[in-house]
Amino acid sequence: MEELDGEPTVTLIPGVNSKKQMCFDWGPGEMLVCETSFNKKEKSETEPGCPFIYIIRKDIDVYSQILRKLFNESHGIFVGLQRIEEELTGKSRKAQLVRVSKNYRSVIRACMEEMHQVAIAAKDPASGLQFSSQVSILSAMELIWNLCEILFIEVAPAGPLLLHLLDWVRLHVCEVDSLLADVLGSENPSKHESFWKLPGNTQTLTELELKWQHWHEECERHLQDSTFAASPHLESLCKIMLGDEAALLEQKELLNNWYHFLVTRLLYSHPTVKPIDLHLYAQSSLDLFLGGESSPEPLDNILLAAFEFDIHQVIKECSIALSNWWFVAHLTDLLDHCKLLQSHNLYFGSNMREFLLLEYASGLFAHHSLWQLGVDYFDYCPELGRVSLELHIERIPLSTEQKALKVLRICEQRQMTEQVRSICKILAMKAVRNNRLGSALSWSIRAKDAAFATLVSDRFLKDYCERGSFSDLDLIDNLGPAMMLSDRLTFLGKYREFHRFYGEKRLTDAASLLLSLMTSQIAPRSFWVILLIDALPLLEEKEVVFSAEQTYELMRCLEDFASRRPVWREPGVQRLQEDVENTKLEMLRLALARNLGRAIIKEGSLEGS
Amino acid sequence: MEDIYAKFVSQKISKTRWRPVPPGSLQTADTFAVGSWDNEENYVSLWSIGDFGNLDSDGGFEGDHQLLCDIRHHGDVMDLQFFDQERIVAASSTGCVTVFLHHPNNQTLSVSQQWTAAHYHTGPGSPSCGSAPCTGIVCSNPEIVTVGEDGRINLFRVDHKEAVRTIDNADSSTLHAVTFLRTPEILTVNSIGQLKIWDFRKQGNEPSQILSLTGDRVPLHCVDRHPNQQHVVATGGQDGMLSIWDVRQGTMPVSLLKAHEAEMWEVHFHPSNPDHLFTCSEDGSLWHWDASTDVPEKSSLFNQGGRNSSFLSHSISSQTNVHQSLISSWLSTDPAKDRIEITSLLPSRTLSVNSLDVLGPCLVCGTDSEAIYVTRQLFS
Repeated sequence: MEELDGEPTVTLIPGVNSKKQMCFDWGPGEMLVCETSFNKKEKSETEPGCPFIYIIRKDIDVYSQILRKLFNESHGIFVGLQRIEEELTGKSRKAQLVRVSKNYRSVIRACMEEMHQVAIAAKDPASGLQFSSQVSILSAMELIWNLCEILFIEVAPAGPLLLHLLDWVRLHVCEVDSLLADVLGSENPSKHESFWKLPGNTQTLTELELKWQHWHEECERHLQDSTFAASPHLESLCKIMLGDEAALLEQKELLNNWYHFLVTRLLYSHPTVKPIDLHLYAQSSLDLFLGGESSPEPLDNILLAAFEFDIHQVIKECSIALSNWWFVAHLTDLLDHCKLLQSHNLYFGSNMREFLLLEYASGLFAHHSLWQLGVDYFDYCPELGRVSLELHIERIPLSTEQKALKVLRICEQRQMTEQVRSICKILAMKAVRNNRLGSALSWSIRAKDAAFATLVSDRFLKDYCERGSFSDLDLIDNLGPAMMLSDRLTFLGKYREFHRFYGEKRLTDAASLLLSLMTSQIAPRSFWVILLIDALPLLEEKEVVFSAEQTYELMRCLEDFASRRPVWREPGVQRLQEDVENTKLEMLRLALARNLGRAIIKEGSLEGS
Repeated sequence: MEDIYAKFVSQKISKTRWRPVPPGSLQTADTFAVGSWDNEENYVSLWSIGDFGNLDSDGGFEGDHQLLCDIRHHGDVMDLQFFDQERIVAASSTGCVTVFLHHPNNQTLSVSQQWTAAHYHTGPGSPSCGSAPCTGIVCSNPEIVTVGEDGRINLFRVDHKEAVRTIDNADSSTLHAVTFLRTPEILTVNSIGQLKIWDFRKQGNEPSQILSLTGDRVPLHCVDRHPNQQHVVATGGQDGMLSIWDVRQGTMPVSLLKAHEAEMWEVHFHPSNPDHLFTCSEDGSLWHWDASTDVPEKSSLFNQGGRNSSFLSHSISSQTNVHQSLISSWLSTDPAKDRIEITSLLPSRTLSVNSLDVLGPCLVCGTDSEAIYVTRQLFS
């Protein structure tokens, strides 16, 4: 087992006596905990036990109203990025990826803004504080992302690198000291502006270096000539502009943090710093700024790791520091598209990007509503995504048919036939229990489940046997091609058609249909006696309905049925039923014989005349 | 069609409906109602797109829609309809039908009336209090008709505690949607691909007419009647197919148009420009179907909204033939002659678009990506 990166935090559950033994069970994103009576040391327990079961969630962010917008909007950006991946080539690729990164960041900022508004408007100080801390977490996330964008995605070379870093710091410094800015601005405005105007990269790095060198020397000359000796303020300003660290540190209150210090320092002493040299200055800036008074915070370590171009360390530290996988999942995915992550295989075979996306998506599936977003994330995990989706999607509670339809559509689009079948079966069973036979049939048609269609048809036939009439005629009369799904269903449809023919007095059609039902073997055994007895009224008609040939067929069927009939050995009611049946069959034999006679005569006489 | 505003609202949207403008008024739509689903706490809310006059410091909220008020709703909002200017009827997945009242002076919503067990299951295996989702509502002051997964049709009247009429087991499958044909007649669609017409004047529990698709019995999810021609009806199915029916003629659809790649959730004729039809689907797209023809001799009659049909009905004796030849590009079966122009209105693919509504030049729709889209320039 790996060694732990940090000590696990202890969470106290209110209401549960921590001296008692607790039992727990893991869920997909949560844990169930309750008190038990195990380990009872004293025989008399005076304190009543805690009657509740607790649900412990690690990720509470998923339930934040405002963060939901972050999840939804970033989902759109994520899917868009995966889709344009194939089209990204050459020079435009980098620009596109930078644009995607900026999109993500603007979403974070919008969330931050809204959270800030809510924090200000919060009525009680506790929730106001909670919102404010969320705002600072989001702000830190944007800070880190922005730096990663500059260093890893934009891959700014020396020169423009400092400009980007300046923008970065400016964006994140909340309190800008206007005094310092004004003074800086007024002293050497022309030199500043013209120096930093880089028209379309026409100046090369060396030209820049030379210009800066010239300017730097001029400043030094001013200092040595004591030009500013009259005003200590201006003198310290000059020292600052020369990049004197001590002078800069004197203004520590104005520089909120060490990275502000770093960038200011670089601005005045090494404006053409190369990316690979950044980490040296970063480390020393951090040390100088903290001055041994305080230790670096997690954010500082993350930024340092970024300056060292250690992407894996950045991601690892972020994963530990943040409570939600959102940030690391999306950032890693974007960096993977920049082809910056080596296939760093983890113990269970998938790479880091996939691992993080899987974790994030699983967290979404634990949410009652955001599971729909999780589907797309699983789609873009080539190794374990499909399997994970199959497991998760079957466990979504289906409270309405509309939700079930959406889940089914997701499964069908991904050819998950097993899941389609199992979901349709569950819904069909529920429908049968609620006596919604039409719905049940509709589900079995969708799943192409012949076995279930047979079950539904048997239900209808059973109802008919008990009541003597069909329920839900609107369904049976209008089965259409769905009739072919199962033999039993076909039989049901055809039998109903037979009834219709009889009702419409289309007797010859009814007769041939009845016969074909018996000879084609699709009628269930239990129904044969009913079919045979249905032939009786046709045989009793004034005109001859069954031809001689058909009568022979019927007789054969009758004898077939009679010989294979199960013999009931129990006395009582079943005996009575058997007697009734025997009587009916006798009547049938008589009717058949009579019909045969009439049919032969009729056919014979026609030929004769 | 550029100005479409999107706003993420932290809840999956199941229904969006414009508040009707008072008849004869020149106002355009400015308020819409929204229902959510699949949340632990669902809400029915009212939003406004009125011009605010004041721009925020960010300058970006000028055209945005703002929340006016909301109220908790038990269960998913399965359907939503405005009963009149102040009242909204909501159908719940718990089988309950609620009438909400909007108080404009203090901008709140309250429950005005509720029928709690409008839809329920009574099978041999269902629990004794087995509720069934109510799937569709249609209102025509003072009546409200509801249908549900229990295959039941209810006729309610506002301020009556019990249902005025209930047709139990009207259908053996789920009824997905309902609309009025003429006031005593309604039309329902179900999950075995059938349209059934019911006449409330008749006693008994049988439909007066059944129409169905040939071929596979694809479930039908939505239905809308042509605003002027009460016999023309459009339905959308599970396979994304749009069908146009003439209920007076035959039992089969007049035209079948392959539309979306997944379930079509809603279909709407534009109430004042019925040559325009709108559909939205699970595949994340919203389509605008424009069947208005540019042929000069026809256009002057058609583009005047509802006046053509009343004009003609006075002067002809045999309605069927003349109607067929003159009106409704929807009923024409000649695809080459009357081409339909189809435009996709949403800027990018999203998750399912569950609902849409059109009124005048305004369109609103809601998606499973928890976003509401509004545009005020449909026909620009």
